[in-house]
Amino acid sequence: MREINVETVTEAVRTLCIDANHKLSPDMEKALCDACDKEEAPLGKQILGQLQENLKIAGEDMIPICQDTGMAVFFVEVGQDVHFTGGSLTDAINEGVRRGYTEGYLRKSVVSDPLIRKNTGDNTPAVIHYNIVPGDKVTITIAPKGFGSENMSRVFMLKPADGEDGVKRAIIQAVKDAGPNACPPMVVGVGIGGTFEKCAQMAKEALTRQVGQHSDIPYVADMEKELLDSINKTGIGPGGLGGTVTALAVNINTYPTHIAGLPVAVNICCHVNRHASVVL
Amino acid sequence: MDREVTAPISREAAAELNAGDMVYISGTIYTARDAAHKRMDEALIAGETLPLDVKGNIIYYMGPSPAREGRPIGSAGPTTASRMDKYAPRLLDMGLGGMVGKGKRSQEVIDAIVRNGSVYFAAIGGAGALLSKAIVASEVIAYDDLGTEAIRKLTVERFPAIVVIDSKGNNLYETAVKEYNKEE
Repeated sequence: MREINVETVTEAVRTLCIDANHKLSPDMEKALCDACDKEEAPLGKQILGQLQENLKIAGEDMIPICQDTGMAVFFVEVGQDVHFTGGSLTDAINEGVRRGYTEGYLRKSVVSDPLIRKNTGDNTPAVIHYNIVPGDKVTITIAPKGFGSENMSRVFMLKPADGEDGVKRAIIQAVKDAGPNACPPMVVGVGIGGTFEKCAQMAKEALTRQVGQHSDIPYVADMEKELLDSINKTGIGPGGLGGTVTALAVNINTYPTHIAGLPVAVNICCHVNRHASVVL
Repeated sequence: MDREVTAPISREAAAELNAGDMVYISGTIYTARDAAHKRMDEALIAGETLPLDVKGNIIYYMGPSPAREGRPIGSAGPTTASRMDKYAPRLLDMGLGGMVGKGKRSQEVIDAIVRNGSVYFAAIGGAGALLSKAIVASEVIAYDDLGTEAIRKLTVERFPAIVVIDSKGNNLYETAVKEYNKEE
């Protein structure tokens, strides 16, 4: 049994919050750079150029890439041979968020109650998804999620008879409805199968996959490529102001489902698709 | 075409702008987003005066990240404008000069823009670091308790934006997307 003091977790989370909000992962940086070359619309190209400049300023001057530094979403893989000491793991993660968002000059965007709406002042609590895995390591992935694109995300409870075509139509409809609101070029996370909540969680986790890396399932990988192509034909373009690059990637995760159902979730992320991981 | 815009903005100046124009805004603008709009609406219902005179002024739908020492503001990009659609027509009818945000507007807002000769600009969503460079001063003037959602008076110098809905009701989001649509 390996022991990990939760203070280690807090410090790691603090650093992840600050890093993820100031610097995109190399795959996202490359995808935005490639998009600039590919875009056919002059205004779209200009916007993509400004997004490159924005990333440069964010990194050099330590100004968050986007003022919406998100609700802090975590995917935590806990090795079953790990024993945490010094307190609660969840409290430790929230303490890391508190320190990261306060000491890192990040925006506090969380309200304590969805209807009373008083800001908690430190961006806690986080949304944490735990997964127990074999081994004695802990992998923490942060994906701070802005709500411009979160608000445009959807869950569709399709019928088995809707099939692959129905799934594709639903995804493209969600992207079209999102349009300029989701700050395109976007990354489209999709969960197909499971249950109502499982597909939504898969869609969220799909956003943390590297851009350009496709599903291991051949037909799913083909769907990802075909959907990206279809989405880029909608004309929405950078900033929703017209163009040929509307999405940078479509990442689909799947899971077995019930004989009566075909759940599909579409979690849309803007071009500031932030994710960072650490292994303890 | 590229144009220089001075804020506050007159009806005459707004009438000159066309959907698709790239503009650089200089002068004084005000920030307000969800919570500030709700409070302003409640103030109007209660018959109270607003903390800013909306006439001719431009409201920027934005809630910044905190400023580091020695800087006027943190990251400062636009938020989704449609969440303010419920409140915007009333402010437009009171003479609001223009709005800066991102994303679609409702037909009610578009009608109010045309009725009042106003204008809706989009700033580039997710470019908060870049846009912060065009803000040279920032001061909270109302609703301080709302934190990032407080009303701020900003001094801007050549703040870049694009005219999306002009005073004639032309909507760049619709025309530009059609132009690049390649669906069969």
